[in-house]
Amino acid sequence: MKKSHIFIIVIIAVAVAIIVSSTNDASTYVTFTEAYQMASSGKSKSIHVVGDLKKDASGKVIGIEAGADKVSFSFVMVDEGGKEQKVYYNQPMPQDFIRSEKVVVIGGYKGEDFYAEKILLKCPSKYQEQTLNAGV
Amino acid sequence: MIHYFIGNLGHFFVITSFVAALVAFFSYFKATVTQDIDKKNGWLLNGRISFYVHALAVLGIVVTLFIIIKNHYFEYHYAYSHSDKKLPAHYLISTFWNGQEGSFLLWMFWHAVLGIVIILTNKFWEGPVMTVFSVVQAFLTSMILGVVLPGLELKIGSSPFILLRDAMPDPIFTVQPDFIPQDGAGLNPLLQNYWMVIHPPTLFLGFAATLVPFSFCMAGLWLKRYREWVRPALPWSLFAGAILGLGILMGGYWAYETLNFGGYWNWDPVENAVYVPWLILIASIHTMITYKNSETALKASIILVISVFILILYSTFLTRSGVLGDASVHSFTDLGLSGQLLLYLLFFLVAAIALAIIRWREIPTSKTEISTYSREFWIFIGATVLCLMGFQVLVPTSFPAWNQLVESFGGISNIALPGDQVEYFSKFQIWFAIAIGLLSAIGQFFWWKKIDRKELVNQLFGPFVLAMLGAVIIINIARVYNFGYVLLLFAGLFTVISNGKILYSIIKSSPALSGGSVAHIGVGLMLVGILFSSGYSKVVSLNNTGMLISRQLSEEFNRENLLLFVHEPRDMAGYQIEYIGERIEPRYKSGFVKKSDVEYTDDPYTVVAKRDITFKNRQLYKAGERFEINPENTFYEIEFRKNGKVVFVQYPRLQVNPRFGNMASPDINRKATLDLYTHISAPMTEEAKEDWSEPEEMTLKRTAQFFANDYVATVESLTRIYELAGQKIDSSFVAIKAEILVRGEKQEYVTEPILIIGTQSRGGIIPGVIPELGLKISLMNVHPQTDELTLNIYSRQKDWVVIKALEKPFVNILWIGTLVLMAGFSIAMVRRFREFKLMKAKGQE
Repeated sequence: MKKSHIFIIVIIAVAVAIIVSSTNDASTYVTFTEAYQMASSGKSKSIHVVGDLKKDASGKVIGIEAGADKVSFSFVMVDEGGKEQKVYYNQPMPQDFIRSEKVVVIGGYKGEDFYAEKILLKCPSKYQEQTLNAGV
Repeated sequence: MIHYFIGNLGHFFVITSFVAALVAFFSYFKATVTQDIDKKNGWLLNGRISFYVHALAVLGIVVTLFIIIKNHYFEYHYAYSHSDKKLPAHYLISTFWNGQEGSFLLWMFWHAVLGIVIILTNKFWEGPVMTVFSVVQAFLTSMILGVVLPGLELKIGSSPFILLRDAMPDPIFTVQPDFIPQDGAGLNPLLQNYWMVIHPPTLFLGFAATLVPFSFCMAGLWLKRYREWVRPALPWSLFAGAILGLGILMGGYWAYETLNFGGYWNWDPVENAVYVPWLILIASIHTMITYKNSETALKASIILVISVFILILYSTFLTRSGVLGDASVHSFTDLGLSGQLLLYLLFFLVAAIALAIIRWREIPTSKTEISTYSREFWIFIGATVLCLMGFQVLVPTSFPAWNQLVESFGGISNIALPGDQVEYFSKFQIWFAIAIGLLSAIGQFFWWKKIDRKELVNQLFGPFVLAMLGAVIIINIARVYNFGYVLLLFAGLFTVISNGKILYSIIKSSPALSGGSVAHIGVGLMLVGILFSSGYSKVVSLNNTGMLISRQLSEEFNRENLLLFVHEPRDMAGYQIEYIGERIEPRYKSGFVKKSDVEYTDDPYTVVAKRDITFKNRQLYKAGERFEINPENTFYEIEFRKNGKVVFVQYPRLQVNPRFGNMASPDINRKATLDLYTHISAPMTEEAKEDWSEPEEMTLKRTAQFFANDYVATVESLTRIYELAGQKIDSSFVAIKAEILVRGEKQEYVTEPILIIGTQSRGGIIPGVIPELGLKISLMNVHPQTDELTLNIYSRQKDWVVIKALEKPFVNILWIGTLVLMAGFSIAMVRRFREFKLMKAKGQE
């Protein structure tokens, strides 16, 4: 067996190891119900939940509560299965939060509450207003 | 009035550039395949002219778009969405690449410039290389074409010259089609930073430069010049490596200065999408150099050069198609170009791979087995480690694309990046970094000498011992015992020392060849700098008061943040620190202005100086002078003292912007060995600022001293005024201003409450506020008969702010390492350029 063959085998082995370990460490996109089940069955890995902010009939976002010093806040999120969940976030409200079309929270359940470590936003079109703030 | 002409002109340029690129492609293609020398030259001339027309048209697009932005033609969507009238001129430039269309334009612009350089410098390669260039340019131009194919309803590209009314279905346009907004929506204030003016063009120049080696490689395969393409491609790979690396680091530096996540690198998919191609690019440079010297690794070079360009396209696809939408904080807009981007990616992927496969058997390989003690072997190992390092980042970053791919075939895939990306990537990348460090220490010795085991041990013994010694000393001082960190520290030092040794031995005899060792010293320094600034960074704003900042906040927040009241010193990081107060910044002068020294007007951007304003003994404004400020920024002045003397002052910033949200940016005190990095973690809220006590009413003699919230105060003067905030007061009112001097702990404050008495209607009271002292005084009444006046005194908590501060040791080593690496690249480039001139003189290129 030539040295270069050994070399190639080693590289392939490392590459496979990388793929396997990445998929093992990967988080997943789930619904709140699944996340809750995972948490109660003892899996503490942080997961992604995709959903919308809760809105009233006129399309206004409701359910946002500021923490005492405005450095933390909580909000109500509706996941893709339609389940509502109060989410706590230990940081100030991110940019564009209210205007976001879709929210991804990364975190997990602690008891009955969902704590987000990180929030990602998908805005209808970032930095582009949908309506003009027309200064006529 | 809508300026139709300029937009039509821009659109004309877009179409011209697209058509010209296609013509250039066809002509250069013909020129390459035609054998007849006259016809060949004719086609070449054709191609050249078309490419020049294309380049001119691209320049035309750039200029037209800039005119639209510069003149604030808000009837155009691009100007409206990305700029406003308040934006200073240099940020109008960043507006240019704020939108996707503009950044495509920037990329095309660099390709056009590089294309011209290729035309002017190459004879033999012009035809095939420019064929590839032109087809790339045609693809890129199609991204901003903005043409809808009739009948098919298929939109090709998104034009930067689209009118606002076509881009936004706002009801106002049905009523009033010619409506033009008064002002634009503005540029994200985070991007209003000088790094954002130079970082994107640098990065895109790096992107563009990777096309050159790819084109040479394609040309080499096409014309069966398997060996010859490497020579002209190599200096361009070096150029791309230097510029792309510089661009990445600039982005990191911007993040370090502007964002408050406390670092320069966040392993965000968008960052990874540039990092991976750069690593592979560096690997390709190594294999190409190996090939130049020993005729091995040609196939590896071909694979890597192709991979770099494909990865650049792939990262463009990832970041711009909206695929990353759920995975990245930089959520990019999907302009409906994902199909087109995918086509672009697949076209070059398939074309390049197909060409390589067709020619594969013909590509010469060396038959001899590589010795373990040869430099080729070690460089090859190094390149492999770089590739695996990139691969490890590429796999998780591609999860979102993988999900989409599986779903498009009807499957279900919901894998996502791990929650803590920094921790996740760091724990793998550190081992690759250690390997890189060790290999670049050892590899360089093989490079310069053909040596056996004994000689190698001899050569390496000194640097090895020195690096060990250095590592032991540093570990004992810094007391960080993490095994990975210790190894990385050693590997970094080992690289620096052994390459230093090589540099020392060759600098006199052949300085032109020192590029490699200089670049590797840079890499070693970067590794050490990264290790220190991240691994050894520590929070210094520890709350030792025993009091919680707030029960509502996490334990960690309460432990790692300091609550500072105005003029109440605290001890931190060996300094006595004192919060002085809130400051604002003038737009056109450098310095900071006390909030209480100015009076606000109806225009949030304009204020009037209440008194003479000085900053560091330099007069900025006279009393009564109007000046402009940046209203969204507040700075928090914090003094750092040692032994009672002020050592430095920090001004961390908080940006409050209703459209883009709040953002805290740090202030960094830089010393050679240590950065002190302070940012606001919680500002005083508006509610707390208005939480005044019940008033204490007092009537006193005009000349008497009195106590206001325990501070000694006197009424300095009582005058009638005729103007209020620049407006004349109606004669039916009498306005009286009291000038009250309050002696605070540190300095005197003047506040001027105003009483307005109406002869026909009700008057009003304008209180004077000294936020630093938590004091508000209202002038309630004056009694001329008794020479007395009545005041209401309110108090609240003094101004406060919560900060977090980190010590980051030796960040400077990272920045210095980067510069050294760039210097190494430059030396190598100069050397290769000289080589090129020689070859050209011989008529070989």
